[in-house]
Amino acid sequence: MERIDRRLGFLSALPLGVVLALSFLAPMLVIAIFSVMPQKVFSVLNMPDFSSFGVIISQGYYKSLLWSLGMAAVSTFMLLIICWPLAYGMAKVFNRFTLVLTIAVVMTLFVSENIRLFGWVLTLMKGGLFEGHIRHWTGIGWDSPLYNVSVIVFGLVYVYLPFMLFPLAQGISMVPDDARQAAADLGASRWRILWEIDLPLAAPGIVIGSLLSFVLAAGATAESKILGGQAVIVISDDIETAFTFGQNWPLGAALSLILIGIIGGLAIYGVSRVDLDAIMGRKR
Amino acid sequence: MSTDPILRLDGIVKRFGDFTALHGINLDITEGEFLTIVGPSGSGKSTLIRLLVGMDEVTSGEIRLRGKRIDQTPANERPTCMVFQSLALFPHMSVGQNIEFPLKIQGVPVTDRKARALELLETLRLPTSFYDKRINQCSGGEKQRVALARALAFDPEILFFDEPLSALDYRLRKTLEKELKDLHNRTGKTFVYITHSLEEAMVMSDRIAIMKEGRFEQIAVADEIYGAPVSRFVAEFMGEVNLFDVTGAAKTGLEAQNVEININGNAADLGLALNPGNPGTLMVRPEFVRFLPPGETADFIVAGKMHAEYALGSRIQYEVEAAGKMLTVEKLREDRFMGKPGDKVMLGFDGEAAHLILESPHGAD
Repeated sequence: MERIDRRLGFLSALPLGVVLALSFLAPMLVIAIFSVMPQKVFSVLNMPDFSSFGVIISQGYYKSLLWSLGMAAVSTFMLLIICWPLAYGMAKVFNRFTLVLTIAVVMTLFVSENIRLFGWVLTLMKGGLFEGHIRHWTGIGWDSPLYNVSVIVFGLVYVYLPFMLFPLAQGISMVPDDARQAAADLGASRWRILWEIDLPLAAPGIVIGSLLSFVLAAGATAESKILGGQAVIVISDDIETAFTFGQNWPLGAALSLILIGIIGGLAIYGVSRVDLDAIMGRKR
Repeated sequence: MSTDPILRLDGIVKRFGDFTALHGINLDITEGEFLTIVGPSGSGKSTLIRLLVGMDEVTSGEIRLRGKRIDQTPANERPTCMVFQSLALFPHMSVGQNIEFPLKIQGVPVTDRKARALELLETLRLPTSFYDKRINQCSGGEKQRVALARALAFDPEILFFDEPLSALDYRLRKTLEKELKDLHNRTGKTFVYITHSLEEAMVMSDRIAIMKEGRFEQIAVADEIYGAPVSRFVAEFMGEVNLFDVTGAAKTGLEAQNVEININGNAADLGLALNPGNPGTLMVRPEFVRFLPPGETADFIVAGKMHAEYALGSRIQYEVEAAGKMLTVEKLREDRFMGKPGDKVMLGFDGEAAHLILESPHGAD
């Protein structure tokens, strides 16, 4: 009996472990193997080479990777700036209004991302909701702000706002009020309090929120396709193309591997730096 | 030292909606004194201290620091500082960084502020190895000292304390009370301390201000508050006490209402008389009441029956029933009275140990 007891944890974890291994690790392994196959093969039984990585450099695929990472970084930074005051209010000021705000933000997640983005297209396009009405009433019109990099970043900020807002609010709620008051009492201005007290103590929330929005934004395609009209090609687009029209699985696999490597590395680094127990409400 | 007060409160009123927490507080704090504000919870003492450090705004009234108005100055620009009840140490910083925080804000160079932090660790009798310790590695008493060091690093004009010892166990509290008093003597700073504990106030303070329902009942040195309280509230708040309702009488000066007190001579000769018909309260502390052996006498004599005896460590407390009223007597263990419950006893106390409370109720406002 005792021996079974000791193995109970392992046995309970076994079913989920098998599911994860088959659905998560196995595809990753296949991707990793394909990434070192010669170009345009459909079998893993070939002599490994690193031609895919050469192609990524020589044919400029790294540019779409840089676009994706760059736009993800910019949108994450903008989200941080936009969400901080809102999250602060939700954690410390709004009281019951926080619930209203939470419901309002969560409601947007019930509608498909693509439909919401098409809604923005109809709103922003020339002759759309804004420009159309205003031109009709005043005769003043303007060109559509769609189909460029800024509107893609706007789309990323819009779509991933909840993923920054809620972890941030959680993080800020962990900053003790008396620590802020004590800092003020000891002579710190509001900016110093923000810098010395709020930011470091809310760091777990900041890291989690930033990781979520960055990771999601770096792998996003809908914003560049729908709002951006493919003004720039993002990495996920390239991966999709390589696996479909391009018929070059090793190239797609190599691109995927690089993206997974960068994002996974960031996530592991970020999570290792923060106290996850604290944000989950567990005592140390 | 100038005789001008370092801090003057003039008609401080604080309202929260319909509720008036402070009804026009006036107080002068002398430079270098240790003033303790004592009151039960809800008396407004925490509200008052929050106004003084600038965490809340006064509804009306003026606060002047060395003659300069500061009631509209935000907390971070006031040269005062507070030790919080929760201590409010910064959990993400080391002990050293906590202590250096105010110096860092003031822009003191790194080496200077480290030197000052080490100096303060020494002042607070903490080993200098604590400099790199994490806050959550410190015990309750060590955290207290770190919070104090941080406040002293700020070098405030006045140091406020909001019941910082209330969460500690009894022995540690006793030790820190004495250390705080000692620290006050060594630094010469003005300390303003808030507590609900009379004992803390008695041990540490130069002056005690008793607060009740948003007003000061009495502000005086500890001995006076203890021996000559201005009201029944203060008398009862400051520990065990025997109170007798009395009225002025022509013949003996005083007449007790419910208990029979035999007065040896005329109370007027003892300075404890009331005008005939006027009400008052005669007060005597339990340690000044004696058990009278046959043949011995005192200025005031009450006959009673022993009810119970409690050992309080170094002292013994007796409860004596006199005409349905319970009187308290305290004796040192070495002066223990040998008697058992039910014994008839005579209690006596002298005029100089007694005090007459002439209470006038507050005007309504």
